[in-house]
Amino acid sequence: MTSNQRKVYGDVLVQLGKENQKIVALEADLGKSTMSNLFGAAYPERYFQMGIAEANMISAAAGLALTGYIPFVSTFAVFASGRPYDQIRSSVCIPKLNVKICGSSAGLSDFGDGKTHQSIDDIAIMRVLPNMTVLSPADGAEAEKMMRLMPEIEGPVYLRLNRNDLPVVTDVDGAYEFGKAQLIRDGGDAVIFATGVMVARALEAAEALSAEGIALRVVNVSTIKPLDREGVRKYASDVKAVMTAEEHSVIGGLGSAICEALSEARVPVRIMGIQDAFGRSAAAYDELMAKYGLTADAIVSNVRDLLK
Amino acid sequence: MEIKRLNASELKRMTLRVRSNILDMIPAGKVGHLGGSSSIADVATVLYMGHMRVFDDPKDPARDRLIFSKGHAVLAQYACLVELGYFDREELHHVKTLTGLLQGHPDMSIPGIEAVTGSLGQGLSVSLGMALGLKLDHSDSRVFCVLGDGELDEGQVWEAAMAAGAYGMDNLCAIIDANKVQATDTVQKVLPNPDLAAKWSAFGWHAIEIDGHDIDQILAALEQARSTKGKPTAIIANTVKGKCFAFAEGKAQYHNAAMTEEEYREARETLERMGRELA
Repeated sequence: MTSNQRKVYGDVLVQLGKENQKIVALEADLGKSTMSNLFGAAYPERYFQMGIAEANMISAAAGLALTGYIPFVSTFAVFASGRPYDQIRSSVCIPKLNVKICGSSAGLSDFGDGKTHQSIDDIAIMRVLPNMTVLSPADGAEAEKMMRLMPEIEGPVYLRLNRNDLPVVTDVDGAYEFGKAQLIRDGGDAVIFATGVMVARALEAAEALSAEGIALRVVNVSTIKPLDREGVRKYASDVKAVMTAEEHSVIGGLGSAICEALSEARVPVRIMGIQDAFGRSAAAYDELMAKYGLTADAIVSNVRDLLK
Repeated sequence: MEIKRLNASELKRMTLRVRSNILDMIPAGKVGHLGGSSSIADVATVLYMGHMRVFDDPKDPARDRLIFSKGHAVLAQYACLVELGYFDREELHHVKTLTGLLQGHPDMSIPGIEAVTGSLGQGLSVSLGMALGLKLDHSDSRVFCVLGDGELDEGQVWEAAMAAGAYGMDNLCAIIDANKVQATDTVQKVLPNPDLAAKWSAFGWHAIEIDGHDIDQILAALEQARSTKGKPTAIIANTVKGKCFAFAEGKAQYHNAAMTEEEYREARETLERMGRELA
């Protein structure tokens, strides 16, 4: 079973808009890709096309929040995080405003468009901001639960969404617990903390490793900030090695966050991600993920190596 | 309760009090943004005490909003907000200290401050968002945004100008404090930006050019902005950086500097003399 996070974004935003008149949406001429255009069709008076001007869009969202609205702002993750970074910092995060930022087509998921359109740094730069919540769902089901919760979270939220169809790996009918690292598969030899698309790959790796008699625990860290430090320490406390996996630079993202949480633990941690490099164009998503070593096979060999 | 507006002659007197409040905040030897706070002091006084709808409760939903996008001139805001009774006058003496309320740039922890600004170029966008929100609410509250002429270097200002023009935000009024001097030199030398009124007009705004130290002209321009429908209004207020303080007038070095004892005494004496002349 697969799901698509941006389709979820578009559909759930419309539902939220129906339930709550205070929800508004802003877009920077990418509404067809982020699928916020569905909201625009349903509630044109609450949909603000801001043109290709992300800085203005973010600060205007701050103004809407200051008049009691809950703006959902969406564009590609690179243009939703790095480009308007100071607007997010100053207009939104300092006053802790209720602005919900959707970084769509995140990571390498916009495989064709190349390095300018691939966000390898958005987790790092959103995570460093005080007052910011950073969410990175593993599949569409989790993205939907997060979307429904976002209006309730007081303050800014960054939601990182993948562009492509993803396998469903979370419990679709289960409740979503904000801020909790979620155990998806247990195992006693090593633990992998993964986020986004890498959760599915970690599960694949765990399956392959079990055939070799290695039990890999898989933990979905979809709330990257605030990090479930207690949960992370607990899941890392009784294993021989820790891995992290993310579709993001190895600098400043999930791996860094996990290391911060485990800085006083006596356990080796290996961070898997993009090795301090930009992306590139590719004909297919999986081909690109393989190029950057973001595969189940790579997880398998890393875990093997760690346990040697 | 709504706070009663002052008439033109009361406002003229009040501008001296506001400038005196500014001096209270930056005694001799204390660094502060004297130049840009003084250039906008008359406009700020007229907005807060002669034009805008303001209430005892700084959060009253029916209030008009004023955002200083040129956040470094916040001393002019504090000097007015204290007159509205939004915080204790004693706070003026503790600006930019660990124990004081009043921060170096606008912060929402301060009553009457509507947005976080200081990183230049963002305030008009925030004002636009507020104006959009107020329209959705069918509110008749208005939003005012003060920008510096140097600040117009920031591209985001023009993004906001384009969007506000496109959305026809007639509840939004930008006031450009055209004091012709920025942090390190004159606008002409740092980055010339001519024909401001024509530029704002081209972005779909109603543009008015006034003497930003003439109380009657400021009042009239704000009234004209209020009655202009279907488009936002930009008031280009021609001002003098450091206005009223001869040693600082038109000089970039008083953008953010400390006055000497002698200069401070001169500043005080000037305000006293102006007060006697008004009497």
